[in-house]
Amino acid sequence: MKTVIDVQNAVKRYGTGDSSIFALDGVSLKIEAGEYVAIMGPSGSGKSTLMNIMGALDILTSGKYFLDGIEISSMDENALAVVRGRKIGFIFQSFNLIPRTTALANVELPMAYQGIKGAERRMRAEAALAVVGLTERMSHEPTELSGGQQQRVAVARALVTRPALLLADEPTGALDSKSTHDLLDLFDQINAAGRTVVVITHEQDVGERAKRIIRMRDGKIISDESNARRAS
Amino acid sequence: MNILESIKFALRGLTINKLRTSLTTLGIMIGVMSVIILIAVGNGSSKAVQQSLDRLGTNSLQIRSGARGFGGGGFAGARSRGGASSAMPLTIADAQALVAPINAPDVKQVSPIMNANVTCSNGTSTSTPSTFSGVWPTYFEAANAQLATGNYFSNDDVTQGRHVAIIGNTTATELFGTDNPIGQSVRCGGIPFTIIGTTTIKGSSGFSDGDSLFLAPITAIQSSISGYTGLSSIIVEAKTATGTNDAQSEITTILNTRHKIKGSKAADYQIFNQASLLSTSASSSKTFTVLLGAVAGISLLVGGIGITNIMLVTVIERTREIGIRKAIGAPKRVILSQFLIEATILSLVGGLMGVLGGFIGSHFTIAGTKPIIVPSSVFLAFGVSILIGVFFGGYPASRAASLRPIEALRHE
Ligand SMILES: Nc1ncnc2c1ncn2[C@@H]1O[C@H](COP(=O)(O)OP(=O)(O)OP(=O)(O)O)[C@@H](O)[C@H]1O
Ligand SMILES: [Mg+2]
Repeated sequence: MKTVIDVQNAVKRYGTGDSSIFALDGVSLKIEAGEYVAIMGPSGSGKSTLMNIMGALDILTSGKYFLDGIEISSMDENALAVVRGRKIGFIFQSFNLIPRTTALANVELPMAYQGIKGAERRMRAEAALAVVGLTERMSHEPTELSGGQQQRVAVARALVTRPALLLADEPTGALDSKSTHDLLDLFDQINAAGRTVVVITHEQDVGERAKRIIRMRDGKIISDESNARRAS
Repeated sequence: MNILESIKFALRGLTINKLRTSLTTLGIMIGVMSVIILIAVGNGSSKAVQQSLDRLGTNSLQIRSGARGFGGGGFAGARSRGGASSAMPLTIADAQALVAPINAPDVKQVSPIMNANVTCSNGTSTSTPSTFSGVWPTYFEAANAQLATGNYFSNDDVTQGRHVAIIGNTTATELFGTDNPIGQSVRCGGIPFTIIGTTTIKGSSGFSDGDSLFLAPITAIQSSISGYTGLSSIIVEAKTATGTNDAQSEITTILNTRHKIKGSKAADYQIFNQASLLSTSASSSKTFTVLLGAVAGISLLVGGIGITNIMLVTVIERTREIGIRKAIGAPKRVILSQFLIEATILSLVGGLMGVLGGFIGSHFTIAGTKPIIVPSSVFLAFGVSILIGVFFGGYPASRAASLRPIEALRHE
């Protein structure tokens, strides 16, 4: 199996001196291609911080991070843009949709940055929005959508580029149980197609759908085990 | 992503905050417009001064009696410090003496001028010409006065002292309305004159109305109105513009002999040289243009600071958005080009509107001056506005685009 994510002794420290906080305090972690991993833990335990590192959105205070065998800190701006755009699909905890821009345009955007032509872009964006059940709300702007709908737009935007690595930070936080169920089924399909999925969640039943569960506390990994009920 | 797509993105960005977009455009527009118009006004006024001096004729010299120098300075006159006790007035004989091919080879022609201040009337219509003068026929060429209708008076008219007159447009309108004044009779200071010609419209020079004019044979004026006192002045036309200085020294020699000016005795007359008057006025109106240009430059600068401010606020406000775009794979250069194109469109549209407004505004007469656009000011104002827009739109955008996505995303 090929190693997709390789985090070595990662430290992320905010602030200096006495008031400094270790959001990550010596985390080491490997994720192979095709895995389905859930990261769980109490609020403030460093889950989002770790996810931002894995998504190449942030840098470590010390330690190393290799994505597909390449150390992220050695990449230049252009290479990082390609990694973020093509390799990774990122679902943010706080959605992060572009304001005053329709759902459709939001979903089209990552494809625009990859140079995909208008017609194909539109077709694929519409298909992705249909998958998350938002065909009716395509031409609405984020402020005109409910929290759950915004979250589903964010999911469509992350999936539309068919990334090999899907990173989802609390993707079900704003969803009802029906939508949660549908989204988890979608993740199963994606994973079944051979793509790597990493999900952060508070919810035990969401975590239970993954094949491997990592638990964090105070910036450290306290347990890392395969999910007996799902692991094949 | 191609350039067309970038432009589409930029246009979408601009329409998101329409009020701010239009205010920025307006700021650029006003800055550019004021530079163009103010410089055009300065240029127009200096051209007007030049024209009015051109009308007087640059080869002409004016001799006035009296030894007092003008306070204004800059006049090239033969000045003196002495009193006027033994001063001799200028006479017709002085004027005749200047027509001397041997002693004054650079003098083309000479005319004595006898001014008076009288009111003319035609029935109930009255007019007080600002220039009411008795002259010789040579005056017309020396003073650059052409006829619109009728005829000049002749040397014979002067010898005979005939009461004929040539009037300017303002005087004609005041006395005769729209009627043809030729052949009509007017009374000036109670003395009848027959109008035989009208001069072409000179326009106002800004100081006086060049068309408020009444010219008659000097003999007629002296015999019936002014009396035979000293002349008001003598006008001399030099053969060439370059010969005016030579003509001036020839005249000085002749008049010094006639007026017995010797050694330390001060001259009792002054010679005004139009050519030097012209250069003085031209340089003072140039100063005026520079001053207006400076004021306009400041307004462009203030406009530029406004643009900079709005651009900065726009970029800071959109830092979060820049973070999102980077997180989903936007290369730095694409983000930068979007903001640069936005800034360029803003300053281009504002600048073009300013140029348009400048051209329209320059069609109106401002503060009595007809503005004349200086092409370089258009390019300057337009170029500066684009530079300001692009630099101050591009610089903060480039800084924001260099942030790590997470840093930009945390920005509130
Ligand atoms: N920009 C920052 N500056 C200072 N401290 C930060 C910053 N971002 C995160 N932290 C701190 O780092 C720690 C880990 O934060 P993180 O967002 O990773 O938690 P989390 O596990 O995702 O929590 P939640 O479940 O509430 O989302 C927290 O104590 C948080 O206060
Ligand atoms: Mg979090």
